[in-house]
Amino acid sequence: MAAELHVELVAADRSVWSGEATLVIARTTSGDIGVMPGHQPLLGVLESGPVTIKTADGNVVAAVHGGFISFADDKLSLLAEIVELADEIDVQRAERALERAKADADAAAERRADVRLRAVTGVH
Amino acid sequence: MGAQLRVYKRRIKSVSATKKITKAMEMIAASRIVKAQRQVAASTPYASELTRAVTAVATGSNTKHALTTEVEKPVRAAVLLVTSDRGLAGGYSSNAIKEAERLGERLRAEGKEVVTYVVGRKGVAYYGFRERPVAQSWTGFTDSPTYADAKRVAGPLIDAVQLETAEGGVDELHIVYTEFVSMMTQNPVGNRLLPLSLEKAPAEAEATPGRILPLYDFEPSAEGVLDALLPRYVESRIYNALLQAAASEHAARRRAMKSATDNAEELIKSLKRLANAARQADITQEISEIVGGASALADATAGSDK
Repeated sequence: MAAELHVELVAADRSVWSGEATLVIARTTSGDIGVMPGHQPLLGVLESGPVTIKTADGNVVAAVHGGFISFADDKLSLLAEIVELADEIDVQRAERALERAKADADAAAERRADVRLRAVTGVH
Repeated sequence: MGAQLRVYKRRIKSVSATKKITKAMEMIAASRIVKAQRQVAASTPYASELTRAVTAVATGSNTKHALTTEVEKPVRAAVLLVTSDRGLAGGYSSNAIKEAERLGERLRAEGKEVVTYVVGRKGVAYYGFRERPVAQSWTGFTDSPTYADAKRVAGPLIDAVQLETAEGGVDELHIVYTEFVSMMTQNPVGNRLLPLSLEKAPAEAEATPGRILPLYDFEPSAEGVLDALLPRYVESRIYNALLQAAASEHAARRRAMKSATDNAEELIKSLKRLANAARQADITQEISEIVGGASALADATAGSDK
């Protein structure tokens, strides 16, 4: 069995997901980063975007709206004010929100909806 | 029925109506404490992870940041006071206000100007009545605060801290709220949020020997991380304070309503005793009237027989 790291995916008001993973891919302000077990201690600022957690039984994808990634001692925590797992996202609602945001020229809302949709489709 | 008895009956009725209301409020508060406590617990992982990250950056790097360094001569301090929107919670709000007054007094003694921010209608009313200046106030969410509420509160505070002192910014940020210890104990506390006091962090590190904070790699840079981290840190601390205050408020209300219910019960008991005595007196009087009438009648007929 490959080495694993412990992942805590935490939102401001709840703990969203936690478990063992072999690889975590997230987007920081200076680019995509992949963290595997034994990585150097890291503290980074996340961009809004999908986060992929590769576990032994498949991928967990979540939409993260801002936040931080911190890794030390094979423990990785992803902190964000809002975290949604891909399974929790209502695609139709996100699509509607995206169209509405485009119509209103609301850049922030458009980005939020876009992040949700990208998390669902799994496109980075 | 005697007039006295009627008065007692009426009072018993009104007290039992009050008792029903206080009992209902007590039960509602009790059920809400559990919910509020669960919210506090749910927000803990985020807060503790964030605190750990902030500590790591602040101790692990030599970055100087406006939000972590102590100003040599602080002139202005912001105090955020968390009270409740509604009353009937015993001394909950007034205790928090008293703590804020004490803290304000101390800061003023240290030569700092105090800028007050208030959460909750009770605090707003207190400062409004005394015509004291309040920089900003928020009401309407003390029962069950959300993260969005905490963000709304934190926004202006962070702006004030980041502003230069000469332009009206503040050098320190304090928060006064009621800490939830247990169902029976809630303490009003005043904490300094900013500048970060790192005295606690080394103590914790010493408490767990052999666990040194790792040397972090910062992405994009230590300053950048700190810039992004600290506002979130303040928000999460305020969120935690609001949640604890909400739990304390419900606990205080439950206790106040419980003693009100007990008092009502006591009052009903003593009123019932009085009512019984009054009824007994009525009956005794009636009997003695009947007996008196009968003997008067007997005396009259005995006289006419002769």
